[in-house]
Amino acid sequence: MSFVLDPLPYAQDALAPHISANTISFHYGKHHAGYVNKLNELTKGTPYETQSLTDVVKNTYGNPATVAIFNNAAQNWNHTFYWRSMKQQGGGPATGQVKDLILQSFDSLDSFSKAFTDAALGQFGSGWTWLVEKDGKVSIVKTSNADNPITQGYNPLITLDVWEHAYYLDFQNRRVDYANLFLTNLVNWDFANQNLVNKAHL
Amino acid sequence: MQFFKNSQFFFGTLKAHSLPALKYGYSDLEPVLSATLLEFHHSKHHQAYINNLNAAQEQLEDALAKNDVQRIANVQGIIKFNLGGHLNHSLFWENLTPIKNGGGQLPDANSALVQEINKNWGSVDNFKTFFNTRTAAIQGSGWGFLGVDQQSKKLRYLELPNQEIPQNYGLTPILTIDVWEHAYWWDYKNVRPNFLANIWKIVNWKDVEARYNQAQK
Repeated sequence: MSFVLDPLPYAQDALAPHISANTISFHYGKHHAGYVNKLNELTKGTPYETQSLTDVVKNTYGNPATVAIFNNAAQNWNHTFYWRSMKQQGGGPATGQVKDLILQSFDSLDSFSKAFTDAALGQFGSGWTWLVEKDGKVSIVKTSNADNPITQGYNPLITLDVWEHAYYLDFQNRRVDYANLFLTNLVNWDFANQNLVNKAHL
Repeated sequence: MQFFKNSQFFFGTLKAHSLPALKYGYSDLEPVLSATLLEFHHSKHHQAYINNLNAAQEQLEDALAKNDVQRIANVQGIIKFNLGGHLNHSLFWENLTPIKNGGGQLPDANSALVQEINKNWGSVDNFKTFFNTRTAAIQGSGWGFLGVDQQSKKLRYLELPNQEIPQNYGLTPILTIDVWEHAYWWDYKNVRPNFLANIWKIVNWKDVEARYNQAQK
């Protein structure tokens, strides 16, 4: 058994013009696919090769001996979660129970948006911006490089990739524009609400 | 803290930084780095570090004048990151030169730098392989540095994440290669090792050697 590149939930041009088909083609077809291939290479003949992706991420985290497996497993997990965190004609205010929880932790949906964008910008270097849930409360978490908040016991609801390869072609260095666009035009609140009920597991 | 309340001690002490001009045109590093990539990297990415640095310095001056300790603390990280970005990029541009201007041409085998490289790595080729292996392996964003240890004056390699600077680790950098994705993505996509294999064709060894000799003093 080996790890498989999860199919994109939409066509490569589905998120255009916000995220171009070219970006998706490289990001999914080269970067994400690369992590899956490397993961298979590294786990072949090890106990990890038959574990679920989520278990591999949890089991290899924080151990210098398995850091390469962790980096590739987590990046595979993170990217699969990222594609699902967006949808064609997504974006706009949060909906459902996630909206209620956001309003309990933030003064308003606008102040949540500002906090999310600030977190995206405040992650110096490569990483991810997450909306997560723990003990019935939501919060924004930023992680660097391949790190994933499931290792800290959080339940992720949505994520935004802030590695440069995610936005370079469409936004060059304007990460703030990319983060804003994610919120106004792409974020899949249905996915966030599903993850509230069925804890995210890949 | 009484001293700090008098703002005239601080306005004008933190000078604004500006983007250094490249010593070559945007298309002069082709085919190793395209004009598009170089123009983005210099005029957008590096410029943004400078803009953010200048804004953060103004914030710091204002916070000091008002003795706003929370703000003084908060702005440190922003200054550190953007100043690091400015310094690292400024060195990087000087470490590169067009092929027609001697890019990639090694100093004389008798030079102090080459002899020191040979002593540490066996040969310049071995050094490049070592440098590329370590630098390619940096997770996420960062830089590979060759520098002179400030105590021993010996050569040392160091890789650092994000916009950390080797000066904070007792190392005077003489050569640096940027491996943030913006440094190579346009031309090399996700294949960082190809970027590193090719960058040596435009390394300005005259500049690296001059810095090495300067650091020996």
